[in-house]
Amino acid sequence: MSRALTTFAPFRLTASLLQRFGLGGRSLVIAVPVLWLAVFFLIPFLVVAKISLSEAAIALPPYLPILEWDGERAIFSFNLGNYRYLLDDPLYLNAYVFSLKVAFISACIALLVGYPMAYYIARSPEPRRTLLLTLVMLPFWTSFLLRVYAWQGFLRSNGVINNFLLWTGLIDQPLVMLQTDFAVYLGIVYTYLPFMILPLYANLVKLDPSLLEASADLGARPLATFFNVTLPLSMPGIIAGFMLVFVPAIGEFVIPELLGGPDTLMIGRVLWSEFFSNRDWPVASAVAIAMLIALVIPIMILRNAQAHAQEET
Amino acid sequence: MMRASTFLVIFCVLGFIFLYAPILSLIIFSFNESKLVTVWGGFSTKWYGELFRDPQILRAAWVSIQVAVVSATAAVVLGTLAAYVLTRFGRFRTRALLTGMVTAPLVMPDVITGLSLLLLFVAMDQLIGWPAGRGMTTIIIAHVTFCMAYVAVVVQSRLASLDRSLEEAAMDLGARPVRVFFDITIPVIAPALIAGWLLAFTLSLDDLVIASFVTGPGASTLPMVIFSKVRLGVSPDINALATIIIAIVALGVLVATWQLKRSRRS
Repeated sequence: MSRALTTFAPFRLTASLLQRFGLGGRSLVIAVPVLWLAVFFLIPFLVVAKISLSEAAIALPPYLPILEWDGERAIFSFNLGNYRYLLDDPLYLNAYVFSLKVAFISACIALLVGYPMAYYIARSPEPRRTLLLTLVMLPFWTSFLLRVYAWQGFLRSNGVINNFLLWTGLIDQPLVMLQTDFAVYLGIVYTYLPFMILPLYANLVKLDPSLLEASADLGARPLATFFNVTLPLSMPGIIAGFMLVFVPAIGEFVIPELLGGPDTLMIGRVLWSEFFSNRDWPVASAVAIAMLIALVIPIMILRNAQAHAQEET
Repeated sequence: MMRASTFLVIFCVLGFIFLYAPILSLIIFSFNESKLVTVWGGFSTKWYGELFRDPQILRAAWVSIQVAVVSATAAVVLGTLAAYVLTRFGRFRTRALLTGMVTAPLVMPDVITGLSLLLLFVAMDQLIGWPAGRGMTTIIIAHVTFCMAYVAVVVQSRLASLDRSLEEAAMDLGARPVRVFFDITIPVIAPALIAGWLLAFTLSLDDLVIASFVTGPGASTLPMVIFSKVRLGVSPDINALATIIIAIVALGVLVATWQLKRSRRS
């Protein structure tokens, strides 16, 4: 314990200093994280909302103020044009629907791939279990960008997979895999798979084996036991994993940009190009606000489902 | 039953091949003589040499490491405070607000976080003249904000499962809350703090999107340089960089596992 004390001496010094100035109170401790997150997480959304209502201009920064003072009175100029523009141009609605579709299908595939793996790891004896779990988490600690880059090398027409298939004689011409929607699904499933496996594992490892034995004793075949006992009991893990894959995948930028084709328009990519290529800050802000509102719906559905599943188990 | 478990084993092996084959190919082709990343042209370490002679990559790596160390440290302090307040302070007025603000960054798409922070920095610059221009400071603020949410989750689960009798005993013996926090709570949750720091460090080192939004001229992080190179096409020196990063991570995980085993034994 004494070593730990000296390690944290700087913290203790700060604390005693704060106390000397009469700032040791409970409200101060609460205020620090609340204020930080309010200033750097909450208020930014208000700024985005404000700028989404202003008009683009060739200026620095590139938008017009919505509140102006003409010497006598303040003039508000709310401009809903950016939102109307989003509704008028099918590009934005299509991109959003397409993002939802890609995220949903990828999450389903990740579930189908991740569930058996999580099940196997959870049923493994101890030294192997930790090893497999570490192996699942290890890719997560290496750069996400570099792992997506690795798939580029795998999928391109002179890439590893095509070279292998050509060498075996299974195909005569290289398959076009890079810059397709297929590559985007693959990339999302690949990068988010650990996020599916970990909550499933955490749920399945808690499953009481005596329940499975009881089911078998009562004459249920293994498959029936799985569908009647294991699967319903692991519902909270399934929903948690689904949420961890589905929600972030909707706003994904790097994967469609590096693996998808020019027509693989996901909403995160649209926002990026609106901001960096078109330099239209107000439209980019409107896309962000629309995306935020649209994200709330699937999150609410999944949250409800999770609360429901937890009540049942 | 036998057939079901055989199926599981085969499935798992295939799953792990899926997870590791791209990483293995990155490592193998980093030692490739040929400029073509996917055609083997003989063993060579020339891309490593090229990597260490590239001033752009070295500068970016240095920026990224500085940003990650500062952000991770600040995120651990703020995230631990948030977790402590949420698990130990009972009811207070801003509780619901804080809970929401701690969980929301976890599912917020990077593009939205990045855009909103950039617009905030621009607005603040106009209003109060700070932060004047953008660069490392703004990247650090952005990274602290989203990393502290992850730290808070890690620390919160540790605090929730913690036996409170130690803290109560110290209070009974007359220690003030601040003293209990620094002498009892912090040492007990130290493994969670280290895990949170490593997580924050990795997330910061890995972030491309948020940093691209909030950065200014002159401050390019490593992912930004990698991204611009990868976008232009194949670059074998990126394979060399990936191999170095993978080696460091694997080494770190080995050391961590070994430490964990040792601490469990004692």
